[in-house]
Amino acid sequence: MHIVLVDGHGAEHKLEALEGWRVMEIIRDHGYPIVAECGGACACGTCQVEVDPNWAAKLHEPREDELDMLDENYGGEWSRLSCQILMSEELDGLRVRLAPISVKEAA
Amino acid sequence: MTQETITTDVVIIGAGPVGLFAVFELGLLDLKCHLVDILDKPGGQCAELYPEKPIYDIPGLPVVSGQELTERLMEQAAPFNPEYHYNEMVEELRKNEDGSFHLKTDGGLTFHAKAVVIAAGGGSFQPKKPPIPGIEAYEGKSVFYSVKRMEDFRGKNILISGGGDSALDWTINLEPIANSMQLIHRRDGFRAAPDSVNKMHALVEEQKMKFHLGQITELHGDNGQLTGVSVKGNDGEIFQVECDTLLPFFGLTMKLGPIANWGINLNENLIPVDTEKFVTDAEGIYAIGDINTYPGKLKLILSGFHEAALMAQAAKRYIDPEAKVTFQYTTSSTSLQKKLGVA
Repeated sequence: MHIVLVDGHGAEHKLEALEGWRVMEIIRDHGYPIVAECGGACACGTCQVEVDPNWAAKLHEPREDELDMLDENYGGEWSRLSCQILMSEELDGLRVRLAPISVKEAA
Repeated sequence: MTQETITTDVVIIGAGPVGLFAVFELGLLDLKCHLVDILDKPGGQCAELYPEKPIYDIPGLPVVSGQELTERLMEQAAPFNPEYHYNEMVEELRKNEDGSFHLKTDGGLTFHAKAVVIAAGGGSFQPKKPPIPGIEAYEGKSVFYSVKRMEDFRGKNILISGGGDSALDWTINLEPIANSMQLIHRRDGFRAAPDSVNKMHALVEEQKMKFHLGQITELHGDNGQLTGVSVKGNDGEIFQVECDTLLPFFGLTMKLGPIANWGINLNENLIPVDTEKFVTDAEGIYAIGDINTYPGKLKLILSGFHEAALMAQAAKRYIDPEAKVTFQYTTSSTSLQKKLGVA
């Protein structure tokens, strides 16, 4: 099972994923500089990704608190919080692009 | 305005859970603390990001909200009479020749402390800026991320952007003094208190203000003075909104802030410490909680509590090298119980 991450520079990375893991955790644990300030509590919006439109319909509808966070973080049509996407068989191959707000500032 | 320098044993930067617990551990060792926090309330991330969300991994509290944990920690620290300075950001931190420290906040408070504890979590909370091209040129002139003085907005043609409490509260509060008021939000659902949303809708009904659905894509104006914005509506159509003042309210985010300027060794915006004293590369300056890093570090509140306990021992020895620090339990030590006001 894997996801495809498009990073801040447009490069694509195939990341191994585990069933039940949050997409945010998969990105973070592979060492990509995702901010994910609140650690997955759906409380900050800094794990925002743009989901490839071909995949969007496969995701569950965002809950109210996820919509609130997308409001605060200038979410676009395909924006989701990666901490609210749980990996499953149906999402094998999911393609997401890291939103600029989710990329850690260079130290 | 010059204020008298506050003299104390320890200044703790950050009044989140770990900073609050440090008051307790330092207090048991007779060290008096002042806490400085950029927020207007204690609790740090627990208060700002998830006050109502349950936390399940605090030992002995199977479930507790961020708000309740903060209140409990305040209560636990209270016997040591800590002093809290909110809405202040420590800008300067300097070591004096005698090993003590000088600190200065953006609000002009100055401290003289024997030791400093950085418990700043992810850094300082600052307003999130919407990613609109060229917005920097307008900031402080016609785009503002907070309202310091309401009078500054009298007679303005104001556009507020956002759907949380700040956006709605300021829409309602500034409407009577503004020349015109408009609110823009990306959907017809709000995070703000339902009562505020109802008030806003009532103002729209009374034609005292306008509400738009969409997102600002472009700013128009000259020399930092806004004349209007382009908005992408939810149908994808672009429309224009005239205004001379824009107030974006998109919540807060954490930035490292001035910590980077204090000459302390940093690694990827974290402060490396040892795991015995939790001291930084500057003797007398400690770092605990989410802001520090060491091999095996876990960003857990409970790890920060442990770090606070060990740090307190080290800080005591730094401040008073002659003192005999005896290790005692609150369960059995009458001297500790006296300090807690329970014996």
